[in-house]
Amino acid sequence: MKFINQSNRSLSGALAFSLLLLAGCSDSGNNVSQQPVQAEPQPQQKVFTIDVINLTNNQPLSPLAIISHSEGAIWTLNQPASVALENLAESGDNSMLLTADFAASSLNGAEIIPPGSSQSLTMRVPLMGQAYISMATMLVNTNDAISGLNRVDVTNLPTGRSVSYVTNSYDAGTEANSEMAGTIPGPADGGEGFNSIRDDVDFVSLHPGVVTSDDGASNSVLNESHRFDNPVMRVTISRVQ
Amino acid sequence: MKFKTTLLAAMIASGASNIHAAQLNVTITNLTQGIYFTPFVVAGHDDSARMFATGQPASSELQAVAEGGDISGFVSLLNSVGAVVVENPAGGLLAPGSNASFTIDTGDLNYLSMVSMLLPTNDGFAGLDSWSIPSEPGVYTVNLNAYDAGTEANDEIVNGGGAPGVPGIPAAPGGDAGTNGTGVTDIETNQTVHIHRGVLGDDDATAGKSDLDSRVHRWLNPVIRLQIEVL
Repeated sequence: MKFINQSNRSLSGALAFSLLLLAGCSDSGNNVSQQPVQAEPQPQQKVFTIDVINLTNNQPLSPLAIISHSEGAIWTLNQPASVALENLAESGDNSMLLTADFAASSLNGAEIIPPGSSQSLTMRVPLMGQAYISMATMLVNTNDAISGLNRVDVTNLPTGRSVSYVTNSYDAGTEANSEMAGTIPGPADGGEGFNSIRDDVDFVSLHPGVVTSDDGASNSVLNESHRFDNPVMRVTISRVQ
Repeated sequence: MKFKTTLLAAMIASGASNIHAAQLNVTITNLTQGIYFTPFVVAGHDDSARMFATGQPASSELQAVAEGGDISGFVSLLNSVGAVVVENPAGGLLAPGSNASFTIDTGDLNYLSMVSMLLPTNDGFAGLDSWSIPSEPGVYTVNLNAYDAGTEANDEIVNGGGAPGVPGIPAAPGGDAGTNGTGVTDIETNQTVHIHRGVLGDDDATAGKSDLDSRVHRWLNPVIRLQIEVL
């Protein structure tokens, strides 16, 4: 029932498992051994369950881009957004982030996460010295707001253990927050997604929130229901293998 | 800060015995400028129960707190599941700029939770969901966010409506609300417990959509800071 410290597997069992060695183990991904009295194969990857809850009132979240990596970052505060992040932040298109050159593995959330809804995903991370998991999603009833996690270090997270985070909203800084008709791709508007013109501050910052027509922005297509405060998501990363 | 503390607490707790008597000295600080908090209900409990969970519908006991500040149902429920309960540690409303302290002995119960309604809101509450009590003595800081219980439309009409299912806001304790608002909305879009989007308010005390004052009744998270000394 709790979010953290979900210890379904004993630590001693996990340690014993990790000490097993197997010569000539299959690289086919089929880890079922046909040999009698054969030790379980050493895993070639780590497997994580990622559970996400949309905490907003009326901001559907675009399909998550989740990557594992040992270097790089999907954004850096006060630095310009990459074109890949700009695509996600302005249109919800995660495809460029999923194929980032520094990604060791990637996972497409594939589905929009409505407000109040949850999504559970399985992320596979190849064995590497330093392992980070990062993710990003667009708040689709905005011009270019994102949320996500940057460089969560899962290198030493043992099997059976979890870490839980809540995430902030960020402004990609690539599109002015005009809130005007035709500029917001989500259901509040159905407007334009990606546009390569950068008519905003051109650095990533924390998001200042939306104003909306109900709060006096007369040209805004948003209403009071689209307002949000931090945090935007709850994310639990559980190592299952 | 909260995440690091929580993670550390989890790491420490996992390496220790499950059974550890814990006395906690807790100070609750109102971080807002214009929001009052109704009587808190605080519980030490095990992992079989939670007072609320984001993304899940509120219980009727939580609804009673979030819409009207009534903790009686929650106290009964918590007692029925073997929780250690502290009621109303601030002795009434916790005003802006105020704090309140209390002591709770959680015994062998490993989790601390609490809720309190934000006034003036329709169904806003501050909450702590299953904080893992560290076995390591020390002073811990935990920030609480404002949630929307998802049980009542945020019409922002101050009409005394505090019973579950009755529209409206029971009171504006600061005496600084307006009248004759036409209502911000009659729709509750997200009917699960979620982060509160804030109040809209307006600057017209006798008309407009909202009876709340957009210059006074506003906040950004976090809204409560807990200082928890684990002895």
